[in-house]
Amino acid sequence: MSDFAIELKGIDKRFGAVHANKNINLKVAKGTIHGIIGENGAGKSTLMSILYGFYQADSGEIFISGQKANIKDSKAAISAGIGMVHQHFMLVENFSVLENIMLGAEESAILTKGITKARAELKRLEEQYEMEVDPDAIIEELPVGVQQRVEILKAIYRKADILILDEPTGVLTPPEADHLFRILAQLKEQGKTVILITHKLREIMAITDEVSVMRRGEMVATRKTSETSVEELAELMVGRRVLLHVEKGEAKPGEVKLSVRNLTVRDSRGVTMVDNVSFDVRAGEIVGIAGVAGNGQSELLEAIAGMRPATSGTVTLNGQPVDITGPGDPADMRRRGLAHVPEDRHHTGLVLKFEEAENAMLGYHGDRKFGQSFLLDVESVRKDAMDKIEQYDIRPPNPRLKTANFSGGNQQKIVLAREMERNPDVLIIGQPTRGVDVGAIEFIHKRIIEMRDQGKAILLVSVELDEIRSLADRIIVMFAGRIAGERNPDASEGEIGLLMAGVEQKLEAAE
Amino acid sequence: MDHNTIIVLLQSTIRVSVPLILTALAGLYAERSGVVDIGLEGKMLAAAFAGAATAAVTGSALTGIGAAMLVSVALSLVHGYASISQRGDQIVSGTAINFIAAGATVILGQAWFAQGGRTPALSADARLATYKLPGADAVRDVPVLGPIYSDLLSGHYLLTYFAFAMVPITWWVLYRTRFGLRLRAVGENPGAVDTAGISVVRMRYLAVICGGMLCGLAGAYLSMALANGFVKNMSAGRGFIALAALVFANWKPKNILLTCLLFGFLDALSIYSQNVELPIMSSIPDQAIQALPYILTVVLLAGFIGKASPPKASGVPYVKER
Repeated sequence: MSDFAIELKGIDKRFGAVHANKNINLKVAKGTIHGIIGENGAGKSTLMSILYGFYQADSGEIFISGQKANIKDSKAAISAGIGMVHQHFMLVENFSVLENIMLGAEESAILTKGITKARAELKRLEEQYEMEVDPDAIIEELPVGVQQRVEILKAIYRKADILILDEPTGVLTPPEADHLFRILAQLKEQGKTVILITHKLREIMAITDEVSVMRRGEMVATRKTSETSVEELAELMVGRRVLLHVEKGEAKPGEVKLSVRNLTVRDSRGVTMVDNVSFDVRAGEIVGIAGVAGNGQSELLEAIAGMRPATSGTVTLNGQPVDITGPGDPADMRRRGLAHVPEDRHHTGLVLKFEEAENAMLGYHGDRKFGQSFLLDVESVRKDAMDKIEQYDIRPPNPRLKTANFSGGNQQKIVLAREMERNPDVLIIGQPTRGVDVGAIEFIHKRIIEMRDQGKAILLVSVELDEIRSLADRIIVMFAGRIAGERNPDASEGEIGLLMAGVEQKLEAAE
Repeated sequence: MDHNTIIVLLQSTIRVSVPLILTALAGLYAERSGVVDIGLEGKMLAAAFAGAATAAVTGSALTGIGAAMLVSVALSLVHGYASISQRGDQIVSGTAINFIAAGATVILGQAWFAQGGRTPALSADARLATYKLPGADAVRDVPVLGPIYSDLLSGHYLLTYFAFAMVPITWWVLYRTRFGLRLRAVGENPGAVDTAGISVVRMRYLAVICGGMLCGLAGAYLSMALANGFVKNMSAGRGFIALAALVFANWKPKNILLTCLLFGFLDALSIYSQNVELPIMSSIPDQAIQALPYILTVVLLAGFIGKASPPKASGVPYVKER
């Protein structure tokens, strides 16, 4: 028997003109947690999809436990003992947990027998790995963390010895992520091999034994985690030195640009999402809103941007009161000097089927500089897009390329360029770096600080506490739709974390 | 309305519901797998023609049914090839099948039989057989229950009993078998099926073949049971009504039975009112009553489609993400 659970030799894969994997060699030792890091588009997911039989490599060999394996589809991968937890869960949402676990491993043509067996086996696995799940719960009613547990159970149920997880913590809250890591450590103890794909360096340092770095389709290095550092890994990933800490001077807050008073937002079901929130944002400062996703931050941003009617409250923008309880008019808010980078670039930030140049002017397309009459002046649209591409280093530099073909980081830059280059007085930004790779994060953070230093008022919402702490001049923590407290950025992570978890009362009582 | 009228109306309801039930179930298999089947109408029509033509020539009802199913499955495979293998637009492909069926049946009918697009009238042997339930004659004189058993439940075509049996069978297949689990999954999230080591393409082809067979039976019923041969455009929108019934039934077998019976009842009412003066309906013009099932379709779909929750991947070709 080989000491290696997996050995990849010379794996090569092209998608048309894109060379996704270039002659990849990788050895993963049995019973270890092996991290694979790299920026978005570095080829990590492609490589793992080849290992899981989702794609076919153009050339190269795969060895499982020393045996050459021909993984022609996912079925072959499953029978070779490989399980995969995809970044976007591969679950049938209106099925029960049990049905999802059984799918593809039903035992017999009629389900009854298999159900009894699966139920018993599931119970045994739950106990063995301390992963509690109600087998009859419907997937879409479960929190993401539990859904992910179902994915893991699905793999173990199929007797996987090697478990691949693709960006597993992207959708998880910090406690959920901690729980996941405990489960992974347990799997390792049981002798299973875990491959963890991520772009978060801290996760790599926290739980892996070895780490391999990919860059632009190539495997550039493999290190023992204990013998490397965050700085070295970041440099290997990006190919140059990266500033992990944002450098910024003192804020020089000026007059109040955005003032929110007693803002309450109820959703269509009448549930209160934002509850009597008041705060100010001054020129030349960044106010960060921290909180676990789903505590009203999204609704707050949307209400201020004019995308969602508020139930009550007032917003004053540039000294002018704005009617925010009406149906909402994002265009009017823009005219008044507000720019908005929406949280979800795919749903509200971009039209993915449009050309880059079209997205680069979206929302400002009525502007005179894009055409004097009702016709668009295509030349000036493209020229404007090209200017932004150069300024923000958007790659590939082609304004006529379909937006869907840009990587996540570059798509985000398209939105940022569009909103920031309007030179707004007030900039509200949701999740500036969600799904964005390290190199681009550094750039985006720098730009945000530059905007602040130019005297813009910036409201920043992010679920990444690190990001809030390094960018914001003041931090407002939201919990259950309310402001749980305000802290300085030098407040400890633990203190802010407690506010995020909603234990503010206890804290203040103790003081 | 006396007792007898009700029996006659209900009997007629059963008779006209059969093609709706079979066709809606056909649609259920296809759409639960993620393939939108707007070509039900065309497949039913083509099957009706193939069935009647073959039965007229061979004189055998069974051969007719076989031909009807064969043609319908063949058209399903065309639709499958376009929408599953080639990932084309499923609405366009289905609509094309409707047009092909409407035109080809008339042209071929005229070319082969020269009776203005009709097929020759079928002999008794070439029509579908009816089945008398055991003891039907014996209990006929029992008050109330006798006529219900002897006239309403007994004496239908075998295919009628089969159609009604297919409702619980389909439910069982869908919720109690491996095939059903995979079928429902592939219409909701084909990615989950693919990564579970099951072929999405194979599942979808199997589903459209099931649909094709059921649709073929519905066509055969039209031309070999309900009528005595093929008549131009004899499906008369039933494929679309079945599709509406499927949507209104929220893609669930039990609801399909109920909605098809409802549509069938309205149809029966309009047929009946043309022949007999009914007390309430005498003041309403015939045409309005005939249009009732179609009007109801529009009303129901407009009013209730908001609540419908179709299979999530319905109408979306499966492409591995990149």
